[in-house]
Amino acid sequence: MTKVAFSGINMRFASTEVLKDINLDVREGEFVCILGPSGCGKSTLLNIVGGFVQPTSGEVTIDGERVTGPDPRRIFVFQERGVFPWLNVEENIGFGLFRLTDEEKRRRIAHYIQLVGLPGFEKAYPRELSGGMKQRLEVARALAVNPDVLYLDEPFGALDSITRLQMRRELLRIWQTEKKTILFVTHDIDESVQLADRVVVMSQRPATIRAIVDVDIPHPRDLSAPRYIKIRDRLFGEIGLAHQV
Amino acid sequence: MNRRILAPAATGLILLGFWWLAVEWSGTIIFPSPPDVARGLITLVERDVLGRYIRDSLYRVACGYGAAVLLGVPLGMLLGWYRQLGRAVNPVIQMLRPISPLAWMPLAVIWFGVTDIAPIFLIFLASLFPIVVAAMNGVRNVPPMYLQAGRNFGLSPAQMIRRVVFPAVLPRIFVGLRIAFGVAWIVLVAAEMIAVDSGLGYLIIDARNAGKRYDLVVGGMIVIGVIGLMLDTLFRVMQPRTEN
Repeated sequence: MTKVAFSGINMRFASTEVLKDINLDVREGEFVCILGPSGCGKSTLLNIVGGFVQPTSGEVTIDGERVTGPDPRRIFVFQERGVFPWLNVEENIGFGLFRLTDEEKRRRIAHYIQLVGLPGFEKAYPRELSGGMKQRLEVARALAVNPDVLYLDEPFGALDSITRLQMRRELLRIWQTEKKTILFVTHDIDESVQLADRVVVMSQRPATIRAIVDVDIPHPRDLSAPRYIKIRDRLFGEIGLAHQV
Repeated sequence: MNRRILAPAATGLILLGFWWLAVEWSGTIIFPSPPDVARGLITLVERDVLGRYIRDSLYRVACGYGAAVLLGVPLGMLLGWYRQLGRAVNPVIQMLRPISPLAWMPLAVIWFGVTDIAPIFLIFLASLFPIVVAAMNGVRNVPPMYLQAGRNFGLSPAQMIRRVVFPAVLPRIFVGLRIAFGVAWIVLVAAEMIAVDSGLGYLIIDARNAGKRYDLVVGGMIVIGVIGLMLDTLFRVMQPRTEN
């Protein structure tokens, strides 16, 4: 069943054409990576579906309902700098839960602290956490309001490569437990093959969808399996790179 | 006793020593030595003058500076939040800001007479601008990500101000408050030399006029400095740490 539908999205800033005729259907519960070179407009696309930016023309619908602004049912996750430095871990996770009773709020905070592996850090402030922990905290803050869709904008870009791998595994585990629809923007080809059900490859500006590649490998994925390498090579080709340095 | 107190204390003692030696070697009879100053201050304490002057000075700062905080923080945040308004008002602020608050003295005396209100008004003016500017720039520089997250979680504008903007700018506002306090303390002493007949600034000008008591002049200077240091330390201790 279609969850998020982009139809005929065009975006221009002044005289710069950023996005050109983007059409894409994302199924409920699907993990979709939007892959493209830096500055191609993929973040703009995520900001449009997030309701923070209005497209020049075209529309996004979610569950058939047109997106007109940000909505707590769909939460945007930034790089780890998006957590609030003046709130501790518990308070950050509870940030969006102001409509709930104290009892329910406590229960959710405890649940998501557990889920993202931060027990023992309830009272810690972001400055006391590592980059990976801050990123998990932000994911927990997003999940706590029980959204149907998560938008992640290069969330692991600022992490070291080892932490990044761990975080991908964590995110997959959370995605499988929580059954969310995920739109994940990245410029990292390997990341997209490791995570996504489908990879949407964007071209240079003005960005169009160049290809949509199915990654039909069950999780956990073996990063040296021929199938994995084949899909990765195809993506290298779509991006326009021979994978040689 | 740790090094952070010991080392500055040693610096102070060495300077005190140089001062004393300089007075002895030069044989001056006008400039007081440290013991002269200490004796002068003790006399003031015994006559219950020093405590009263300190109280009066602190009271004036509390009123003028307090009013500046109460007005300046919301005003600055408003100017930062509504950019158009900020752009309209900012040049006026930047024009008024470099005028020494003491230049307002004649006007303050016309408006408020030779009363407590004149120096309080000057302190208010002196503290207002740094606070307004800090709050305004603080709000303008709140990372857009925080605002975006706030909107995403469905905060109303009032909640946004209270739960995101205010905590996000607090560290910057605090820096402004601390700078403003330093300026206020400087202006207070200068203002008390003209408009009133009590306070630490008055102590200095009065000691000179009423018989060239330079021991009290220097004593007054030291008291002003020490109180300034203590209050600034208080600010430093209270400063929030909220970097990510």
